[in-house]
Amino acid sequence: MAARRTSSLIARSLSSSSGAASLLLSLGRNRSRGRSIYRFSTAAAVEKPITPPVQAVYTQHLINGQFVDAASGRTFPAYDPRTEEVIAHVAEGDAEDINRAVAAARKAFDEGPWPKMTPYERSRILLRFADLVEKHNDELAALETWNNGKPYEQSAKSELPMLSRLFHYYAGWADKIHGLTVPGDGNHHVQVLHEPIGVAGQIIPWNFPLIMFAWKVGPALACGNTIVLKTAEQTPLTALYAAKLFHEAGLPPGVLNVVSGYGPTAGAALASHMDVDKIAFTGSTDTGKIVLELAARSNLKPVTLELGGKSPFIVCEDADVDKAVELAHFALFFNQGQCCCAGSRTYVHELVYDEFIEKAKARAKRRVVGDPFKQGVEQGPQIDSEQFQKVLRYIRSGIESNATLECGGDRFGSKGYFIQPTVFSNVQDDMLIAQDEIFGPVQSILKFKNLDEVIRRANTSRYGLAAGVFTKNIDTANTLSRALRAGTVWVNCFDVFDAAIPFGGYKMSGIGREKGIYSLNNYLQVKAVVTPLKNPAWL
Amino acid sequence: MAARRTSSLIARSLSSSSGAASSLLSLGRNRSRGRSIYRFSTAAAVEKPITPPVQAVYTQHLINGQFVDAASGRTFPAYDPRTEEVIAHVAEGDAEDINRAVAAARKAFDEGPWPKMTPYERSRILLRFADLVEKHNDELAALETWNNGKPYERSAKSELPMLSRLFHYYAGWADKIHGLTVPGDSNHHVQVLHEPIGVAGQIIPWNFPLIMFAWKVGPALACGNTIVLKTAEQTPLTALYAAKLFHEAGLPPGVLNVVSGYGPTAGAALASHMDVDKIAFTGSTDTGKIVLELAARSNLKPVTLELGGKSPFIVCEDADVDKAVELAHFALFFNQGQCCCAGSRTYVHELVYDEFIEKAKARAKRRVVGDPFKQGVEQGPQIDSEQFQKVLRYIRSGIESNATLECGGDRFGSKGYFIQPTVFSNVQDDMLIAQDEIFGPVQSILKFKNLDEVIRRANTSRYGLAAGVFTKNIDTANTLSRALRAGTVWVNCFDVFDAAIPFGGYKMSGMGREKGIYSLNNYLQVKAVVTPLNNPAWL
Repeated sequence: MAARRTSSLIARSLSSSSGAASLLLSLGRNRSRGRSIYRFSTAAAVEKPITPPVQAVYTQHLINGQFVDAASGRTFPAYDPRTEEVIAHVAEGDAEDINRAVAAARKAFDEGPWPKMTPYERSRILLRFADLVEKHNDELAALETWNNGKPYEQSAKSELPMLSRLFHYYAGWADKIHGLTVPGDGNHHVQVLHEPIGVAGQIIPWNFPLIMFAWKVGPALACGNTIVLKTAEQTPLTALYAAKLFHEAGLPPGVLNVVSGYGPTAGAALASHMDVDKIAFTGSTDTGKIVLELAARSNLKPVTLELGGKSPFIVCEDADVDKAVELAHFALFFNQGQCCCAGSRTYVHELVYDEFIEKAKARAKRRVVGDPFKQGVEQGPQIDSEQFQKVLRYIRSGIESNATLECGGDRFGSKGYFIQPTVFSNVQDDMLIAQDEIFGPVQSILKFKNLDEVIRRANTSRYGLAAGVFTKNIDTANTLSRALRAGTVWVNCFDVFDAAIPFGGYKMSGIGREKGIYSLNNYLQVKAVVTPLKNPAWL
Repeated sequence: MAARRTSSLIARSLSSSSGAASSLLSLGRNRSRGRSIYRFSTAAAVEKPITPPVQAVYTQHLINGQFVDAASGRTFPAYDPRTEEVIAHVAEGDAEDINRAVAAARKAFDEGPWPKMTPYERSRILLRFADLVEKHNDELAALETWNNGKPYERSAKSELPMLSRLFHYYAGWADKIHGLTVPGDSNHHVQVLHEPIGVAGQIIPWNFPLIMFAWKVGPALACGNTIVLKTAEQTPLTALYAAKLFHEAGLPPGVLNVVSGYGPTAGAALASHMDVDKIAFTGSTDTGKIVLELAARSNLKPVTLELGGKSPFIVCEDADVDKAVELAHFALFFNQGQCCCAGSRTYVHELVYDEFIEKAKARAKRRVVGDPFKQGVEQGPQIDSEQFQKVLRYIRSGIESNATLECGGDRFGSKGYFIQPTVFSNVQDDMLIAQDEIFGPVQSILKFKNLDEVIRRANTSRYGLAAGVFTKNIDTANTLSRALRAGTVWVNCFDVFDAAIPFGGYKMSGMGREKGIYSLNNYLQVKAVVTPLNNPAWL
């Protein structure tokens, strides 16, 4: 049923606020029926790369409403992962650039006008930005695919509409940040104000550059804060473009500052900054621990973390195997396997295990790998050389630990960071490929016998970001939904990312929630105001 | 008006759920009219200490429902701060005791029965505990005063009723932890479950041992969690007594475990424990930073911190000086000045400054210091030798930095940790006594000229816990309420701690809020559960 809404989105005749998330799902599910020009037996993934219909115009920092070079004058290259070639040289931020950006954000917060504008005015600017995103949909999508390697159809028809949808969502929150009045225990009038928290530092990853931009920037601006955003060094381009559009939409200077650069320099400077009131980070668990430690050692700024995962996808004995295979395939391979919530432990009940393995293998072999600008391509390259090598190491580890390699297992082609869709069966819980986040197109399939066992095994992970459950039985669905220690449980679906659904992790998958009403808490301070009451008519 | 309700509380004929907090205020304000036997000119504060009408019976750890010795067999002394004599030798916990307590809490959470009991059953146990607190009011109050040094009347007539009141409050929440259903962007049914977070580690301070027990234990139990509580080494006794009553009330073994011991051993073991799902800490900012760092380096458990403060108390030009003096005196000297939210920067408008100084000095000189078991005594000893010495050091620092010592300035008597109520005028923002948390009976008075200036000066602090405002002008009250970067603003009142009022800090005063509906978030995980909808009647 999710696919029904997709056509209207593609035609873009309906408001972009409906169906965007479902498209994420349907993309994975429909592509298998597309033309498959580049199968993973092909020698070169991208023989003659399609030229992206866009240019990388914005490469400087955006600070206080102005594009400026790095304080040091240095730049770093942004790559095309299809070809390993340089797209553009981008200003390389370090502590001094962060200082300048924080100073601009501080001034814009302390002196205004942003937090002193009416919520309605702020809301209108967010809406105007959403309109501009729709107007520039194709350029932004092309730039996203060029720098990230994800299929252009996914960028243009799913992620860009979702970017707009998320800013519509947060625009609606801007004038609905209610405080409380609170019952006292004596003659006092008690109000609780929900105030903007101040200058928010935000560090976003490379796997969904624009969606992560929206998850971070949307709630922070809706709540009246100012921002210093540090993008991933792999994907600096689209956030600069989007921030430029935000200023066209009327955002005052200094409210949204974007600094490109690396984690240990620019990122660390932001996380430790004494004038930053809040830090939000999405990325690996190891880096998240460092961010939290830097906050602890500096000024105790509150921290939101959205980190790694090793999410179980549980196929129960009553499952329709064909559908389960397709959904499990999507849950893992979507976005080249580069999702923190990827369903990377596929637990299959023993009664359907053998059939599942055959079909999962066949499905992976049908997966269309190639130039992400080519229509019908399901899988582009991994993001960079480091990730590419890491994924190949994990594949070797799987082979060495005696998991059964069903298909794939090597790079795809001879240029670019393409990897063959890889399926391991006979995976055991104690293997590295069943414990670590691989972040690539490597599916690990494990066998289970009963619910109690699979609950215990699914929960025996340091991660707790998401889980998938595939069953027709409502009791099984309810039991698993409560028992799985994960921030999201998708039952008979996966990667549904609607704006109002909170997303975040249990355990070492993170702290706090993004999206939904919960995301506002990350960017608000709570202030109790108490005054005595004389002659109260009621208490 | 607050005092009106106090009489009923003292008579204890009304439900303890009303007026408890107000009496905190009235105690401070009325005591000046009490008999003043021990003025601070007296040579010995406690010539012949009154024998407390209670014994220290519970001195072992309470783990898995059993009182047990420390794994090491070691004990440490709990002191009477009036006399510097030992009350009892208490089991000294370290990493091994924490391990045992966590194992018990883990089992009680993972296997139940606590989180699997109905919320109504959990609520009834909290209510039975509150009843037992009321039954044992006087023993608990005596033990609290004996070990902490706070006036017995405060313990018995304010803090114990507040302990009961807080558990009535949280009992009411236990069966009102609602999740959400959430609008999707497509054909999906979305629920958000609010789940217990698991095993909560809690570290409480010595200044309000039982109230802090309630702030921590109340919401954690109401939300269905299990607990390992580490008390302050200065005040281990009353939490053990209270936890014993909790088991009498029907709490299953392992749900609430209490370990006595020191921060660097027991506290650090709890904060770094890999099987603890949450840590909450109240104490100094320096220690809070360590707690957060330990959480960051271990398993990223979410952290609630309630830390230090240097709260401004702003007396505006339109203030009734007599009332302002009394409230500012209470804001600082309450609980021997040992409040994280103490109004320790008294900003007075220049038009009323001279009159204020004279009257504040006179009020401090009238303050009744002595044996806290003696009726009419307003101020007992500081908690221990370390704090006592620290406060005296800050007094010397104030003198050396040329603040004007109006009264006090030395220890009180020759035995016990008593300190003379001390007032400094002519204090400047850059003096240590205007910047650091002294945590003792030392009032620092500063002069200001206009609102913008006092807002800027009040906010120039690394702390942001609370603020007091004294004015008749509603515009002034509203301007200051929004502009002050503090978690609580008390307008024409101070230290109103009603159960529903959230409490916590901006900036380096902490993270998160305790009390009120906000406190529940600290002990809940948020889980989104998403299923496809077939043929939905509505979206």
